[in-house]
Amino acid sequence: MEEVSSGTTGPKATKMKTEPKLSSDNETYKLRARNIDVFYGDFQAIYDISLDILDHSITAFIGPSGCGKSTFLRLFNRMNDYIDSFRMNGRILLEEEDIYASSVKVEELRKKIGMVFQKPNPFPKSIYENVAYGLRIQGIKDEDFIEQRVVESLKQATLYDEIKDDLDKQALTLSGGQQQRLCIARTLAVKPSVLLMDEPTSALDPISTAKIEELIFELKKKYTIVIVTHNMQQAGRISDNTAFLYMGKLIEYGDTQKIFTNPEKDRTQNYITGRFG
Amino acid sequence: MARNADMRLKEKIIEKVLAVCALITILTTVGIVLILTIEAISFFREVSIVEFLTSTRWTPLFTQKSYGILPLLSGTFLTTVIAISVALPVGLTIAIYLNEYASNTFRSILKPLLEILAVVPTVVYGFFALMIVTPFLKTFIPELSGFNALSAGLVMGIMIIPFVSSLSEDALSSVPYSLREASFGMGSTKFQTAFRVMVPAASSGIIVSAILAVSRAIGETMIVAIAAGQQPRFTLDPTVPIETITAYIVQVSMGDVPHGSTAYQTIFAAGITLFIFTFILNNISYWIKARYQEDYE
Repeated sequence: MEEVSSGTTGPKATKMKTEPKLSSDNETYKLRARNIDVFYGDFQAIYDISLDILDHSITAFIGPSGCGKSTFLRLFNRMNDYIDSFRMNGRILLEEEDIYASSVKVEELRKKIGMVFQKPNPFPKSIYENVAYGLRIQGIKDEDFIEQRVVESLKQATLYDEIKDDLDKQALTLSGGQQQRLCIARTLAVKPSVLLMDEPTSALDPISTAKIEELIFELKKKYTIVIVTHNMQQAGRISDNTAFLYMGKLIEYGDTQKIFTNPEKDRTQNYITGRFG
Repeated sequence: MARNADMRLKEKIIEKVLAVCALITILTTVGIVLILTIEAISFFREVSIVEFLTSTRWTPLFTQKSYGILPLLSGTFLTTVIAISVALPVGLTIAIYLNEYASNTFRSILKPLLEILAVVPTVVYGFFALMIVTPFLKTFIPELSGFNALSAGLVMGIMIIPFVSSLSEDALSSVPYSLREASFGMGSTKFQTAFRVMVPAASSGIIVSAILAVSRAIGETMIVAIAAGQQPRFTLDPTVPIETITAYIVQVSMGDVPHGSTAYQTIFAAGITLFIFTFILNNISYWIKARYQEDYE
């Protein structure tokens, strides 16, 4: 409890000292957040968060609604930029490059850091065109190349076998779970190296959820995945590292196994055991 | 108890009054269609429908009478095509700008200003076309007649811009934000998002806006009566005087044609032709709305 009461006295008081105990030195950090504060107008949504995300791993952000986990996730592909009152301090590094530097083209950044959203949001186009979209906006005209990439991405997203005869069908006719895998395929088609997932299964039934979780686990081999989830079992099942956020502050970050079995902070313990949130 | 009964009576009366109001509108419409049809039928007793639809001369007011609607249709078609080719690109561009680029403050200023275009009296547009646009165009096209389809069509196009921009903007803003996010999330620019995602996703609404604008242009009377001329001519040349269906109806209604004569009944034949066209267009737009309106939940 004391963390939070001291937290309300001022952001400085909660400076994080818990560096995640991650694996050996030869593993590299894909993303680093450094002293991030986020404001929406006068409201401070994130208080001085620093954390590093390991390459080829799954990192989960957990915490109660409104704790800032989605806001924090969206910093990594600059999706908050469209909010008028948004303001931030601190730096976010992708492979040691500041993604908020003025030299960074945000469109280029988002080709490297793809995003999957809470509610499946396929375009009202055919399945094929949904996946081809990211290539078309890059000006790629070679139809053979596009087709090959579309099939490859759909296979990667474990959707291909179900819809291989219906590539011209409207994407909106697919089931919710299929739509979400389509959205994942669409993101994979532009070959990002990082996937941000904002509660990707919260709108899905348990069976679809299981399929997506399996898929995420599979994708870890090739991508760095950061997932926001409401579902603690999900975080426990699939993630390597877990960050627990509460009221805009990073309470604890580290190995998922440890967070879930032996957290350092009472607040984490309380949340994980379902005593609040 | 008595008070309750009073309330119920009041409710009943209010309900009846409202129903009567609705009924009056319906009866008026039915009455108009009925009169149009009856007068048109007696017109077609005198004139064969084949001549009406195929003859390329419309001279009911001359001694050499000829009753071919085609010249009036071509005049209407010409001005409408010119108008929509102004209104659609401009209106759509405005809608995209307002929805995708403009700040909230600027949008809240610009939108009402645009609507002013729709409330300018059409007679003002008419003499604007005749006195300003035509002389201006003459500096580029010296052979342009004083009355012509071109300036009438252009000015009419300006008049119907708000129809297109306002309805298209509604259609664009009803596209869920999540689609825009998806597009941005894949590295699209604002421009790509607007034209490859938003416009296609709002296409049914945009098409409906264009159809309603066409329907408005076909029915528009004052501008073409003033600036396009009163010479029924079977042509697609925008530089010469023509006459639209509406302008013809004005001409006869204001003139001294004896009531009941065939010449007088021509306006009902022309009127029902006009009505059929706008009726079909409105129905198409309803149909598109019902059939193709993208259903996001």
